[in-house]
Amino acid sequence: MSEKFMTQKYRRRDVLAMAGTGVVAVAGIGLFPGSAQAKHFPRHIPVAQAIKEKIGDKPTKSGRITIELPQIAENGNTVPMGFEVDSPMTESDYVKAVHIFADQNPNPDVATYRFTPQSGKAKISTRMRLLKTQNVIAIAEMSYGTPYMAKTPVKVTHGGCGG
Amino acid sequence: MRIKTQGILFAAAVAVGLSGFAGFASAQMKYKAGDRRSGYTYATKETQAIQDDDLGNPAFLWLDEGEVLWNKVDGKAGKSCATCHGVESAMLSDVATRYPAYNPDLGKLQSLEQRINRERKEMMGAKPYKWESKQMLSLTIYMKNQSRGKPMNVSIDGPVVPFFAAGKAFYEKKRGQLDMSCANCHNDNAGNMIRANLLTEGQSNGFPTYRLKWQKPGSIHRRFRGCNKQVRAKPYAYGSDEYVNLELYVAWKGRGLSVETPAIRN
Amino acid sequence: MAKARIKVPKSVKKGEVFQVKTLISHKMETGLRKNKKTGKMIPRMIINKFVCNYGGKDVFVSDWQAGIAANPYMAFFVKAGDSGPMNFTWTDDDGNITKKTVNIKVSG
Repeated sequence: MSEKFMTQKYRRRDVLAMAGTGVVAVAGIGLFPGSAQAKHFPRHIPVAQAIKEKIGDKPTKSGRITIELPQIAENGNTVPMGFEVDSPMTESDYVKAVHIFADQNPNPDVATYRFTPQSGKAKISTRMRLLKTQNVIAIAEMSYGTPYMAKTPVKVTHGGCGG
Repeated sequence: MRIKTQGILFAAAVAVGLSGFAGFASAQMKYKAGDRRSGYTYATKETQAIQDDDLGNPAFLWLDEGEVLWNKVDGKAGKSCATCHGVESAMLSDVATRYPAYNPDLGKLQSLEQRINRERKEMMGAKPYKWESKQMLSLTIYMKNQSRGKPMNVSIDGPVVPFFAAGKAFYEKKRGQLDMSCANCHNDNAGNMIRANLLTEGQSNGFPTYRLKWQKPGSIHRRFRGCNKQVRAKPYAYGSDEYVNLELYVAWKGRGLSVETPAIRN
Repeated sequence: MAKARIKVPKSVKKGEVFQVKTLISHKMETGLRKNKKTGKMIPRMIINKFVCNYGGKDVFVSDWQAGIAANPYMAFFVKAGDSGPMNFTWTDDDGNITKKTVNIKVSG
């Protein structure tokens, strides 16, 4: 499972961090976890790496995906998100999977949605967490051909008198 | 690895009950009354959409639990709330519009939580629920939701006059290190930003409310405590006289606004 | 045992593409928060997999990470085949499973 893979990555990253970059406190998140054995996740993986882990080195092209997100998130911990991929969803031509990334989240891999021809539509609605202002990226892998990619920026603010 | 499977019969029953659900028609709601505005009108349309979706509004997870508790036999007397009040109780249909309410037996103003615990003790021989417990939140959400759409209409006459006056005085009194009153933000600055938050009128018509910040529902007393802490004043206890009086005043401030329980707010 | 809510249409026509809405109670603990009292990191505990099975097949599957909000809401679409059960499974990091079933009524 990806958790084991993440833990290995974290170890290397921890050494790199101690080597000189110092500890960066991410607002509201807390400091580095101490034990690599625990179910902890790396502070930040570059989104390019998260994308590569899902689709390898395949190039992507734009189009076909519509992403629905607010321009400004009321609260970054609950951001309604939806997408639809333009596809006939037939046995020979359907959307196999859509991967969602948030390029500034500690773990940019948010979710993967796997469809079948029985899905009828490659369309979902959910709610995601966004740590700060960033881009949400959707990559749709089709039953054949090049994956499609779409990107949407979302503003996330912090701090107020929330109580 | 543990597998817990819900009985298919129960799940099917829940599904049948839910599949007949229409989304609540927000056209029936009054989000404005006179010069007063519900917190709903300050929320983004995405947040409003979460509130309006009776399946997707996360506070309904607590409402479902509240319905179970309403019908559950509890305590030495072997009764449930429904035993006396009925499964579809007329009493429930306006409970959110008129609480906090004067209890003549006690000579006191009571919030709904206090009334629930009193009835549990006296009539059911059951243990009280803690104010901010899952059970109390679930039950008050279930009960107040039955009044959804009805206008807030607390009584401020007769025996509650002194409690109302105390609540109003609390609302207007500056407190804490920051030396601010409720009125400073919610009367004088509704619609303005305080750092990155948009200030509302601080209405109570959607409580208990699912706050995105809390990622769960909370009572209005929890909110009062948070607000008091934010101006660096010592918060009062849940169920304190100060907060029950304040709750009455705030409910009166929202008169005419529709009950929205359970609302979604930031 | 997590509580879940599901909404499907009362009945659908064969071949109709209909929306399924689901909601489940879960904190979705990210693993990035610190316990203020002990100073220790709170371990991740999330639902990481959601499966919708209908007509004997997994028609919709999703893998979730910590970037999915608490009390996860998941709405998606399914094409109506035959009348019968639609089974939902949510699995968390410890392997705990929540299951629910609704009946899909297909006419025509």
